[in-house]
Amino acid sequence: MNARVGLREQAEDLAARLPDLLAEAEHLARTLLLGSHGRRRSGVGDEFWQYRPARAGDEARLVDWRRSARSDVHFVREKEWQAAQSVLIWIDRSRSMEFSSDRDRPTKCDRARLLGLAVSALLIRAGERVALADLGTPPRSSRLQLMSMAEHLSAEGSGVDYGIPEIKVLPPHARALFISDFMGDPEPLREQLARAADRNVRGALLQVLDPVEEVFPYDGRTVFRSMGGTVTHETLKAGDLRERYVDRLSARKAQLEATAEAAGWLYSCHRTSGTAQSALLWIYSALERRR
Amino acid sequence: MFSIAGIGFAAPWLLVALAGLPVLWLLLRAVPPAPVRRRFPGVTLLLGLADDETQTDRTPWWLLLLRMLAVASLIVGFAGPVLNSTVDDPGTGPLLVLVDGTWADAPDWNRRIERIDAALADAALAARPVALARLTEPPVGEIPFQAADALAKQLPNLTPNPWEPEPAALERWAANLTEERFDTLWVSDGLDRESRAELLRILETRGTVTVMEDDRPVFALRPATFGQDGITVSAVRSRPGDTEVMTVVAKGVDPRGVERQLASVDLEFAEAAGISEVTLSLPAELRDRISRFEIAGIRSAGAVSLTDDALRRREIALVEAGSREGPELMSPLHYLERALEPTTDMIRGALPDLLPANPDVIVLADVATVSAAERRPVLDWIERGGTLLRFAGPRLAASDVSRRERDPLLPVRLRAGGRAIGGAMSWGEPKVLRAFPPDSPFFGLSVPEDVRVSSQLLAQPGPDLAERVIASLADGTPLVTRERIGRGQVVLFHVTANAEWSTLPLSGLFVRMLERLAVSTRPSDSEPPLLRGTVWSADVALDAFGTVADASRLAGVSGDRIADGGPGPGMPPGLYSSGERRVAVNVIGADASLSEAVWPERLDVLGLDVSPETVLKGWFLALAVVLLALDVVGSLWLTGRLVPASRVTAVMLGVMLVGGVQAEARSPDEFAMQAASRVSFGYVSTGDRRVDSITRAGLKGLSDVLRNRTSVEPGDPVSVDLESDELSVFPLLYWPVTPMQKPPSDAAYDRLNRFLRGGGMIVFDTLDADIAGYGQISPNGRRLRELTLPLDIPPLELLPSDHVLTRAFYLLQDFPGRHSGREVWVEAAPTDARKIDGMPFRNLNDNVTPVLIGGNDWASAWAVDEAGNEMFPVGRGMAGERQRELARRFGVNLVMNVLTGNYKSDQVHVPALLDRLGQ
Repeated sequence: MNARVGLREQAEDLAARLPDLLAEAEHLARTLLLGSHGRRRSGVGDEFWQYRPARAGDEARLVDWRRSARSDVHFVREKEWQAAQSVLIWIDRSRSMEFSSDRDRPTKCDRARLLGLAVSALLIRAGERVALADLGTPPRSSRLQLMSMAEHLSAEGSGVDYGIPEIKVLPPHARALFISDFMGDPEPLREQLARAADRNVRGALLQVLDPVEEVFPYDGRTVFRSMGGTVTHETLKAGDLRERYVDRLSARKAQLEATAEAAGWLYSCHRTSGTAQSALLWIYSALERRR
Repeated sequence: MFSIAGIGFAAPWLLVALAGLPVLWLLLRAVPPAPVRRRFPGVTLLLGLADDETQTDRTPWWLLLLRMLAVASLIVGFAGPVLNSTVDDPGTGPLLVLVDGTWADAPDWNRRIERIDAALADAALAARPVALARLTEPPVGEIPFQAADALAKQLPNLTPNPWEPEPAALERWAANLTEERFDTLWVSDGLDRESRAELLRILETRGTVTVMEDDRPVFALRPATFGQDGITVSAVRSRPGDTEVMTVVAKGVDPRGVERQLASVDLEFAEAAGISEVTLSLPAELRDRISRFEIAGIRSAGAVSLTDDALRRREIALVEAGSREGPELMSPLHYLERALEPTTDMIRGALPDLLPANPDVIVLADVATVSAAERRPVLDWIERGGTLLRFAGPRLAASDVSRRERDPLLPVRLRAGGRAIGGAMSWGEPKVLRAFPPDSPFFGLSVPEDVRVSSQLLAQPGPDLAERVIASLADGTPLVTRERIGRGQVVLFHVTANAEWSTLPLSGLFVRMLERLAVSTRPSDSEPPLLRGTVWSADVALDAFGTVADASRLAGVSGDRIADGGPGPGMPPGLYSSGERRVAVNVIGADASLSEAVWPERLDVLGLDVSPETVLKGWFLALAVVLLALDVVGSLWLTGRLVPASRVTAVMLGVMLVGGVQAEARSPDEFAMQAASRVSFGYVSTGDRRVDSITRAGLKGLSDVLRNRTSVEPGDPVSVDLESDELSVFPLLYWPVTPMQKPPSDAAYDRLNRFLRGGGMIVFDTLDADIAGYGQISPNGRRLRELTLPLDIPPLELLPSDHVLTRAFYLLQDFPGRHSGREVWVEAAPTDARKIDGMPFRNLNDNVTPVLIGGNDWASAWAVDEAGNEMFPVGRGMAGERQRELARRFGVNLVMNVLTGNYKSDQVHVPALLDRLGQ
């Protein structure tokens, strides 16, 4: 009886949260007004590109009669080539992302999910194909895809302490977005980026940090434990470690940036105390970059 | 009890634990403060970082010291420290606590009881049987030794007696002591008595005697005496020492019958003088009312001196018939004047002039007739308690007054003529007086041999003559007759008041007879002959503290006993009366003096001062708690946990320390003054911060509107705490109802009801007109019902269209707020209110409605922010703005109605209103 009630409660809870996350993401996405991006070349698409004189071999139905009537030659109306881009999004949902220094502040995971879904919504609206990297589904451009992404993101996290980028399918020439705190071992990330660079996949790394993680406001005798409890460190005077910790953190950031640079990726750091909108704008422009 | 430096310990062996403190020091030193456990994703970046210094893995010395002190004070606290613990050797064997128990004990009785209590407590600790005895009432038979704690319970019942110990009784008691061995604690009253030495000798044969004595002198007041130049008051003291000034007050009833202080005089003891005297001169009227003298500030029967007839100067009216020739000695009144002069005030004149002075006694010396016009007032005066004293004489003998019928102003019928005995022309010898019979007021007076009566008026024999005769001659003929009328009496001396008919006026007996008749009053020293053979009952009795005790159940006392001297068992000091006369029995006689008790050198004489034992356990434990609290703060600080917890700490400190200050910051008076300095509207804070801020902003907006449009210039709205704030300063109380609101306490409801009865108005806003109505009950509505249940609210009705609220300032028929619900409830109009033809509204000259209930969320419609902009949208577009305007107008009408009452309800305004209504 209780188990059933528990199940129902959980289900309701889940059902209630899903539209929330989605609605919030879409709300966030709606704050950005972006145009659809053309390929700057003629091809299959809806947008007008140019008129060119008809050549032999052009089908008669391609002739734009209205333009042709104004001159003596036949013109063919060419449209801009619009190719949908595949974007793979990886959102770290390990235990370390569940950290939040304040009750009123969203956890890093919340912020990462929100950003991921929002950028997905934006991309789908722009006609791109989106998929979650760890879900293994092929990129699709549909609202249904957005729903399933939201569902997947609302589910429980992986349970490991620090997440490793996990790309199941990596289509060549795709774009990728990794959102994580990158607190774990940087080596798997570098491997993934190298692999991505091999397949000509460009993308962006967004490091989401809690302000506390940047400031390290602790003092006194403290045992620090990772969120999963696998790593501990005891110190007698936490205040003395502050400077060295901050140094190490900036070193880690520099390392991430260098890694991203090497693979042709972009890197940025986002704090949960800041607004999600600015991060979203950065992500979008980073994915837009360089046709 | 084990003691160190004046501090005793109930459980001294616990102090041994103090020796363990050094061990604790080592232990605590080795244990560093416990670490904080923190989840932190960035821990991977910390790995491998070593601490610079390792100092803090040892507890710092000051924290250690703090903890040691805390533990030490715990140990000391539980060891039961007691300041001023009595460290006397308690002794063994039975203990007799002997209290003098006299009036001199009374001023310090509580200290004595405390001291005895302390002695009993010590005896209880030593398990000694104890007995308690008062020398003024020595125990009969064996001394009743019992357990000290049982006796301690009876101690509050122990009271001193208002008399001195009787030497004879003491001797009897001391001689019959059966107990062989006991120690004695003698709590003395500090006065010397002859009986002390013998008693002390006997007690010392039984065991050690310890004396406790107060070092304060004993004061006593002697009876006041009446002298030529006023009332002389004298006081004595037991220890002649420095100059000292006491205040003696005279108390008595004022004309309204209330006892009050009538006069006071300062009495100064000269240096080394044991006695002091002062003379007080008072008007006769005031003096007669004095019932007692007291030394102010001393609660003792010895410091109280009751006054009796001795002080009372009777007023005697002397009436003499017609003109008279002859020498002064032949005057009928001469001897009376001589006899009465020392003790009475005499007035002379004609009877009609004397009666209004309401004298105690009217003497008619040989006055035969009293005119018919005077007769009635004189009889009334007698019935009220006057004494009419008549003397026979030639005129009375010659008249025919009371011959056939008894004259009401004479006790008996008289025979015509009278008789002369032993004269030149008569037979027989002049007669002597017969001894007074027991039922005569003169009983007990000795009859001098040399009193001779040569002439007298004879009484007509009759059945009632015998009972009226109070003195007769040897041959049985009446000499003095008396008839009681009402509360007064008529007395006839059958002889003249001068020496013409008898030698009685020449003798001392004449004066005493007058005293017995309460005509004259007795001189201050009581003469045994005057008291002999009489029985006196107590009118007023004093206890040892000088307060008036119940005298109704005391047995009568014989005159001999009173004459013998001071009070004793069965005869407390007080005012005793017998017939017309009153005698005061005072503790202190007229010639009494006090001297200090002198004890032999060999005795321990202790003072009464008990330094009260102060149990320090609580203080030590509290100190330990404070130190431990400091330790908590210190430890938190040391482990770095104090910083994030600073908010909590601040809140806790705020609650602990600033709680009182906060209350002070908003004292009721200040609040009321602030609120009353201008018209300001109150709102009940609901506890919902959002609703409260809206209400505040709403009332602010309404205040702005009022200031702009009307002559009402309200101050800032005030948040009202129903539990503590003064409500009467608010004309209007706005009460938004939220479902989560807590109902006020009963006291707050009392205040609310008082507010409503005093003309206040409460506006209940359920904020739910958008969802409620049409029979729907919202949670707010349900809450409103619960909240208003204890309120004194009259019957309500929907706001009628001719209610004064519709025209108090603006003409309105709708009362929208943010919502435009129709239902607004106000006090129902009286059922007899009728509409007159041609009038647009009924004549409803009733009160301002005490409550107004609606749900239109007016406050939201009124609400403006700091910049004066509307905070909430109302309705849509222009219609919405119109609705907001109507809401404001409703607010104005509401305030106008509250402030001006139903002024606009007056029919005077009808023409103007009709004009505006366009009718």
